[in-house]
Amino acid sequence: MASSAAVPFWRAAGMMYITYSNICANLVRKCLREPFKAESMNREKVHFSLSKWADGKPEKPGFFFFFFTLLPV
Amino acid sequence: MFRQASRLLYRSAAAGSSKSATARAFSTEVPSTIDSTFVESWKKVAPNMDPPQTPSSFMKPRPSTASSIPTKLTVNFVLPYASELSGKEVDMVIIPATTGQMGVLPGHVPTIAELKPGIMSVHEGTDVKKYFVSSGFAFLHANSVADIIAVEAVSLENIDPSQVQKGLAEFTQKLASAATDLEKAEAQIGVEVHSAMNAALTG
Repeated sequence: MASSAAVPFWRAAGMMYITYSNICANLVRKCLREPFKAESMNREKVHFSLSKWADGKPEKPGFFFFFFTLLPV
Repeated sequence: MFRQASRLLYRSAAAGSSKSATARAFSTEVPSTIDSTFVESWKKVAPNMDPPQTPSSFMKPRPSTASSIPTKLTVNFVLPYASELSGKEVDMVIIPATTGQMGVLPGHVPTIAELKPGIMSVHEGTDVKKYFVSSGFAFLHANSVADIIAVEAVSLENIDPSQVQKGLAEFTQKLASAATDLEKAEAQIGVEVHSAMNAALTG
């Protein structure tokens, strides 16, 4: 009763579904024609700012990043 | 382990039976169970405040299944950034489930299907609209409504065949030279996605 069904190969390798799904989506986006490729890359851009903290205070005002979603490979 | 299973199940059922003596109703029944003793004691403590609402009071009752099979399938096809089809009435949808291409007609048995990279086609009369779906899920409900969600869905003409060939060659080579499990998995995913795109373009 506690037997698990055959797991997908990505799950067996320790990957989560969302990682798998995002990798698939990124690969599909990379194979688009221009201008659709540029549009999708623009849409998926993530802006975030990262600050390291020490002694309860941020070390620097903040590191500002413009980052494409981590494209695998 | 299995010998103990029935004993453990019985024990947990007995322990929980006092709490779950009232069998929980399905969400098909209208949720109108307001606990009157709670409301009364609330009013004693805080007469000027409304008693808190519970999630069930916000729930709409599940739409009833028609007694006869509807003639059309209602499709909602959504992406994270756009709603491709919203409440569109179609004749049939073919979805790329992990178990193979699945044809969905009105009156399909309720199913949750995980999608693999492949072509999804929407059939309306003689019109067929094809999308290449990267991955996602399809929820087929008893009332002939299909909710299909995908992370990325593109029209076939927007795919660049040369890129697909390049990617396929690249990932096949990576798969051969992969070392760790994770690298192998990533290369395998690459091969699968690119082969699916290749098949979609040539098939």
